[in-house]
Amino acid sequence: MPEFHPVLLARIDKPDSTSLAGYQADGGYAALKKALAMSADDVQKMVKDSGLRGRGGAGFSAGAKWSFLPKNHLGPIYLAVNADESEPGTFNNRILMEEDPHQLLEGIAITCHAIRSHTAYIYLRYEYGRSYRVLDAAIRECYASGILGKNILGTGFNLDVYLHRGAGAYICGEETGLIESLEGKRAWPRIKPPYPAIEGLFRRPTIVNNVETLCCVTHIIQRGVEWFKSIGVPPDPNNKRDVGSYGPKLYCISGHVNKPCCVELPLGVTARELIDTHGGGVWKGRKAKAVVPGGISMGFLSASELDTPLDFEGPGRAGCLGLGTAAVVVIDDHTSMVDVLYNCCRFMAHESCGQCTPCREGTDWSTRILDRIRHGKGRLEDIDLLLEVANSMGIIPGTTICGLADGAAWPVKNALTKFRGEFEEYIRAGRRSVKPADELMAAH
Amino acid sequence: MPVLSEELRNRIRAEFPKYPDKRAVTLPALHIVHDALRMVSPAAIVEIAELLELHPSEVSDTMTFYGFFHDKTPLGKRRVWVCRSISCMLRGGEELLAGLCNRLGVKPGQTTADGSVTLEYAECLGACEGAPCMLVNDECHMNLTEDSAAELIRK
Ligand SMILES: Cc1cc2nc3c(=O)[nH]c(=O)nc-3n(C[C@H](O)[C@H](O)[C@H](O)COP(=O)(O)O)c2cc1C
Ligand code: SF4
Repeated sequence: MPEFHPVLLARIDKPDSTSLAGYQADGGYAALKKALAMSADDVQKMVKDSGLRGRGGAGFSAGAKWSFLPKNHLGPIYLAVNADESEPGTFNNRILMEEDPHQLLEGIAITCHAIRSHTAYIYLRYEYGRSYRVLDAAIRECYASGILGKNILGTGFNLDVYLHRGAGAYICGEETGLIESLEGKRAWPRIKPPYPAIEGLFRRPTIVNNVETLCCVTHIIQRGVEWFKSIGVPPDPNNKRDVGSYGPKLYCISGHVNKPCCVELPLGVTARELIDTHGGGVWKGRKAKAVVPGGISMGFLSASELDTPLDFEGPGRAGCLGLGTAAVVVIDDHTSMVDVLYNCCRFMAHESCGQCTPCREGTDWSTRILDRIRHGKGRLEDIDLLLEVANSMGIIPGTTICGLADGAAWPVKNALTKFRGEFEEYIRAGRRSVKPADELMAAH
Repeated sequence: MPVLSEELRNRIRAEFPKYPDKRAVTLPALHIVHDALRMVSPAAIVEIAELLELHPSEVSDTMTFYGFFHDKTPLGKRRVWVCRSISCMLRGGEELLAGLCNRLGVKPGQTTADGSVTLEYAECLGACEGAPCMLVNDECHMNLTEDSAAELIRK
């Protein structure tokens, strides 16, 4: 394999990485010019042929999603940029927005041309204040130099890009929750179909794509399909449903490592390589007990599964939900999985939007059971009860509207099957691990 | 006397052209009012609804969904959010929260008696490479100790 050089993160350490002048000095907006000289269909075809899969968590083919838009639609068609990044452990979109905003804006403009949209909304989580200010400045620069607005780059193409700030709710990252929230309502995910490509924002055809996905689009246009497909993992010939995991990917590494960071690597690097080579190894000379492969919704890899390749298929083969956001969280062998699982369940209970009973009640119930266990009052039957609750909620068993519930179930399922002995031992010994902060937050 | 000044109203009106529908200005309007007045009172909700041509209950329905907006008591001058999610928890985020509660003499969600700081917990702030982290208003601070965090809050 040829040596890999970062592309998405290539500019982030430059002193002038956020300015338009700096971006253009590095060849920025050449891809947009190239795309605008092509037909929308040809741009779509390039992206489809590249095999680009969505980086937001579901791994759906970007080109295929775009092709679901109604043909010859009179418009408007919208692009909603998913910058709600809230999956625990994930921060790669933030780095892309804070350090290289024009790379994203260029991807947005190319995508809008490809999908025949003249309006893009960037739905940005409120907590990303710095991203907001950097993007806001970058958008202003683009308007001032004819890269956004009317007749961009003199091509006759019009495009407006608006920043829209969220208000601290994880569910706004689910694409139809995002749409409802943008429309000014509570972020209750919609029942699908229709999918947003058919009827989405303001009841118009809408494409929702993640920040990193759109950044990849820029480079596919600039460097070509062959370049993109030379990186990553081709489809497994024995798996008809595998369409391959091509391209560079941003991996976040956090938790118990010496050097938490975000690195760009070809899709398919193993968890072990990420931890040892890029994360500086497990901290304090300890060993990893469990590793979250792609945000907590994806569940856990055990210490014996660290050679799992983190492409779109690898984590699934190890019993995880999928690659998710490729955010790796390392848990050392001094940490109790009971505490880790409690933290995951509490997050999901806090963030469930409450529409579906199995999710609203299930996330809360599992949190309360684990809270009881952490107070030294667990019963061995609790383990199977937790599994039963987990197995009953989600799109996979068919009981909920959105995937938050599957992401709430997976850490429970993985923890209780891969680390069952530890839970049994904790309960038998009547251990207790609540902390002062738990009591303070419970009083709230 | 209206709660929203003409200046705030104009800032809300300036959002209208961005969307095909005034209802979409609900969150932007709530942010504008919340930032300026440190809360969104029932009277403010009525005035926002009037501007957006909505029923006040529609604004209130949206607002209360997001735990973000205070509607009863105003926020402190600085709003501090300490992350409690997994990557921070693994590196002392919860101890940081408890320590700051102690120093400020408040529980999560409360405001100090002098009105300077509201302390809250947050779910993952997306700054996991700098855990434990916190936001002061919407500025993120990373790799905190209890001392460095307290210092930043005092500033
Ligand atoms: C509960 C939940 C939260 C999600 N959060 C995000 C998010 O923060 N950012 C994101 O891009 N996608 C998120 N997604 C996935 C989106 O629904 C959607 O698949 C994605 O934005 C599509 O863009 P992509 O194809 O470019 O990945 C979430 C999904 C679920 C079920
Ligand atoms: S699964 Fe949960 S988060 Fe998703 S719509 Fe249902 S209740 Fe809401």
